[in-house]
Amino acid sequence: MSSDSSAAPPPARAPFRLPLHWLGAAPFAIFVLLFLIMPTMRIVVGAFQTPDGSFTLDNIRGLFTTSILSAYWISIKISIASALLGCLIGFSVASAVVLGGLPKWIRGPLLTFSGVASNFAGVPLAFAFLATLGPVGLITVFLKSQLGIDLRALGFNILSFWGLTITYLFFQIPLMILIITPALDGLKREWREAAQILGATNAQYWRMVAFPILLPSFLGTLALLFANAFGAVATAIALTGSSLSIVPILLFAQIRGDVLGNPHLGYALAFGMIVVTGIANTIYIWLRARSERWLK
Amino acid sequence: MRKFWAWGALIFGMLYFILPLLGMTNFSLKMRRGVYSLDAYAVVLGDPRFQATFTYSILMALATIVFGVLLVVPTAYWVRLKLPGLRPYIEFVTLLPLVIPAIVIVFGYIRLYNTSSWLPLTGSITGTNILLMFGYATLALPYMYRSVDTGLRSIDIATLTEAAQSLGAGWTTILARIILPNVLVAVLSGAFLTFAIVIGEFTMAALLNRPAFGPYMQLLGANRAYEPAALAVMSFALTWGCLGLIQLVSRFQKGAQSAT
Repeated sequence: MSSDSSAAPPPARAPFRLPLHWLGAAPFAIFVLLFLIMPTMRIVVGAFQTPDGSFTLDNIRGLFTTSILSAYWISIKISIASALLGCLIGFSVASAVVLGGLPKWIRGPLLTFSGVASNFAGVPLAFAFLATLGPVGLITVFLKSQLGIDLRALGFNILSFWGLTITYLFFQIPLMILIITPALDGLKREWREAAQILGATNAQYWRMVAFPILLPSFLGTLALLFANAFGAVATAIALTGSSLSIVPILLFAQIRGDVLGNPHLGYALAFGMIVVTGIANTIYIWLRARSERWLK
Repeated sequence: MRKFWAWGALIFGMLYFILPLLGMTNFSLKMRRGVYSLDAYAVVLGDPRFQATFTYSILMALATIVFGVLLVVPTAYWVRLKLPGLRPYIEFVTLLPLVIPAIVIVFGYIRLYNTSSWLPLTGSITGTNILLMFGYATLALPYMYRSVDTGLRSIDIATLTEAAQSLGAGWTTILARIILPNVLVAVLSGAFLTFAIVIGEFTMAALLNRPAFGPYMQLLGANRAYEPAALAVMSFALTWGCLGLIQLVSRFQKGAQSAT
């Protein structure tokens, strides 16, 4: 926070007035410090401490056991799968509406609905999918009684990797639609026309003009959706109980009752989550800054 | 041909969203064998624990909104007016709750404010309620701050402030009677979104052991068959209502602006 002095062009003011300016931001700073920064720092510091307070790397090393690594791996796989599919499906729907020549009136309701659906996460979402794809859910029963397809016999289970991925997609796809629609709007007509005048085919226009421009938004949203799925706790717990060992569920159980038998391993587990979502969000912020260059 | 694919993508997307909604509605009506009935809803609404947890979560949501507005509006105003150099940093900080998972934040609370710490908030019920409210305010911060900041951008706060000051208004008067009414729509948008987030929140309430609506839903989901679907339908209606109200107030503002 060293750029403050450059904010006030006439710096030669009476010196006693400056602190008063800063007091206005003090309540916010105190709140953020107490209830966002310090709790997070406590976890980060705790990840590198022994129970008596001295520095150690044992907790981080403790993460590299089979059960914890596999929890991270499943979490990452679910997050990647739901983020990728969410991006692809969301992109198809958004580009269908923006570029596909569908009636104009579809756009407004679609965006409103996406706003609602991207916020409809957590416990109720799990219930909705249990009632749809669970053992006696709408689709399961329909496929079985009308078409003779037994999802269970085919190996599908809502309390599994794909079950969770399909459920997460319910808020991932709308989020993608909400973010990518403005980017698609930003593709200027002139670019396509210019490409056509220079003799480009439709495929060439997409490959050499539209795709490179959209790529940062696309990858950035991918990172955002990844972090979004990685931190989701409530949906996973309500859907699977504790039958699927993913990081948020493991951490939840650890906070509740120290299932790992070492409180500081819990810190390390949480620290690992911050690192993963932190990397994903850094990628998002970096790529968004790049994509905004074109979409002004 | 392109239209064909466009319709295909749209219909696939719509099916993806309509089928689960249909599934939960259908399931919630099937509690009585063989016929559609509203029994599941009656059971849920008649459950005293539903009433208690739902009331608790509504009160928490209202408290969070009041606290959030009192925290965010003066800060966003002050930063825009006097400390513009600070804006990028504040913006970055307000986005942090989207980066740090809620479960990590609440884990930090439990360790930082336990009974043997310097601020033993989790030691008493009131203290834990306050801590949970602060947690919710943190979760809602990105939405609240961005909404209010966008609202402030559309008005000329420097001129408004000088005009008010030259008429003898103090800071409280300026904030409560000049700034707040001018960004009311933005504040309301943030408030409705906060409400939608808080009302069904699970992780923080469960780990702080507070009797909120989210943990109640989870408990019911683990033990019952039809009632959870009814709860899901009601939650969806609630989310839809909150987001619908945001649309309504922003349309109202547009109407008011074009009328003047």
